[in-house]
Amino acid sequence: MADPILRLSGVSTDIAQYHILHGLDLEVPEGGVTMLLGRNGVGKTTTLRTVMGLWRARAGTITFEGRDITALPTPDIARAGIAYVPEDMGIFTDLTVEENMTLAAVSGPVDPDRLDWIFATFPPLRTFWRSAAGNLSGGQKQMLAIARAMAEERRLYLIDEPTKGLAPAIIATMAAALRALKAQGASILLVEQNFAVASMLGDSAAVMDDGRVVWAGAMAELAADSALQERLMGLSVERA
Amino acid sequence: MSLGALISGDRPRSRLLAAALIAILIGLALAPFLFPGTRSVDTAARVCVFIVLVASYDLMLGYGGIVSFAHTMFFGMGAYGVALASVHLGRGFDALALGSLAGALAAALLAALIGLFSLRVRAIFFAMITLAVASAVAVLVSQLSALTGGEDGLSYRIPRALTAAAKYADGKVLGVRINGKLVNYYLVFTVSLILFMVLLRIVNSPFGRVLQAIRENDFRAEAIGYRVVAYRTAATCLSAVAAALAGATYAIWLRYVGPATTLNFEIMVDILLMVVIGGMGTMYGAVIGATLFVVAQNYLQTLLAAAGAALAPVPALPLLFNPDRWLLWLGVLFVLSVYFFPTGIVGRLRQRQ
Repeated sequence: MADPILRLSGVSTDIAQYHILHGLDLEVPEGGVTMLLGRNGVGKTTTLRTVMGLWRARAGTITFEGRDITALPTPDIARAGIAYVPEDMGIFTDLTVEENMTLAAVSGPVDPDRLDWIFATFPPLRTFWRSAAGNLSGGQKQMLAIARAMAEERRLYLIDEPTKGLAPAIIATMAAALRALKAQGASILLVEQNFAVASMLGDSAAVMDDGRVVWAGAMAELAADSALQERLMGLSVERA
Repeated sequence: MSLGALISGDRPRSRLLAAALIAILIGLALAPFLFPGTRSVDTAARVCVFIVLVASYDLMLGYGGIVSFAHTMFFGMGAYGVALASVHLGRGFDALALGSLAGALAAALLAALIGLFSLRVRAIFFAMITLAVASAVAVLVSQLSALTGGEDGLSYRIPRALTAAAKYADGKVLGVRINGKLVNYYLVFTVSLILFMVLLRIVNSPFGRVLQAIRENDFRAEAIGYRVVAYRTAATCLSAVAAALAGATYAIWLRYVGPATTLNFEIMVDILLMVVIGGMGTMYGAVIGATLFVVAQNYLQTLLAAAGAALAPVPALPLLFNPDRWLLWLGVLFVLSVYFFPTGIVGRLRQRQ
């Protein structure tokens, strides 16, 4: 089996006096979608933020493409090829859609072909290209958040609940965008509460509880076993 | 070069604002001819200098979200650079150039030091550190009287070509003597205009966009791949250099520097007021804020005296409009402007559009 693109070994993270991650072990295979699942408050967002260096791991190591990135500054982790879409989207609301996209392409101007692909995936971004991002609707902001991550080719995408609070039509657009990214061979670590979306997109899955991965395997296996879902995730899973 | 390129594509986005900016530009460009007299030309020169000073502070506060109380220190470094060079090297353009350059360089170095050591900490701590450093420098300047002239400051001679003693034409043109003082004014005007254009270019460059992104969400900017501390430090250095050059220009105009004219904390408060009144993060706000504030500072007393005289027959009111109460009225104007223009005058005008 090929080496995983991202590996977390025994990672522990504290936020102030709270111990959030307790020796977390997680592997993200290259070229597929790994779903990070679990009830609210089990440490999924903290896992993504720890990978990005936004929270520092107290113990353990994080390796990306075989390189130890545990102690790297956040900008270096991003420039190593990891895109991060936070749960709150992190849109720069005072700037235009165009400026948001330009900023996201840190190594130079956005490739025109790539921009056409982004516009085809998220047509409203072309319409509101020169509008302030703060004036976009919630769904459009989420589109922009994903589009920013897509502005340059990255090796790994960390995406935190991209469908949260969105209308079904927008969820379908998001799912299509993630499928398009996957088709390009990108590796994606996706936190998702919507189990239907998770089942549709995921190749593999890791279920967390109390700051640890308690189950890891094929997404199809988890999707097919409702007793396992019940045991691992209780009733918090949405069956949309 | 097109007008759009000259203003770096940063259009006023409000007809009223565009009209006000054009009026101020024409007013300052023709000030010696439109408003002849020592006091009015001196006010115009101060407006020019303060536009640059406030715009450079806006680069830090409005675009970078960095709260600093050390801006007058950088302003003073440029001014003292010119004064010390003129005192020690003697009267000459080389002394002015060398003093300006040395002041700007010293300001950039100190800004880099403060930035690298303290921009990692939370904004409020950075503000406190700048306050402490600025206070220390102000005390140092007043104590090192052998070098800086202490509280009395330094008077020095500038090249004769920039003084009223140099005559460039016989008689008057449009009622104004064409002498070195006029040349000095246009030196202040031109340098200020160039510095403002450069600042406008900076905030509208990719660097300026990153600064705005950092101001709004520094964690997100880091996660995209931008080194927040490096960008904030660079912004502080650029802002310090512009403030120092404004200080150097002011020193050339005044032919005197002292703690009261350059390092005083009151000037720092004035800069803050001008940025807030004009509108933070707009650059043009610096033009509007500095013009209104400096003109009010210089002419409010005159206006109050006239109002007091007109209201002489009414009991009590003349007391309220006594010229000595000008600071009270300036305070009232400030409260009213913040109440009616919470996003500054420029912000409000752009919202109307």
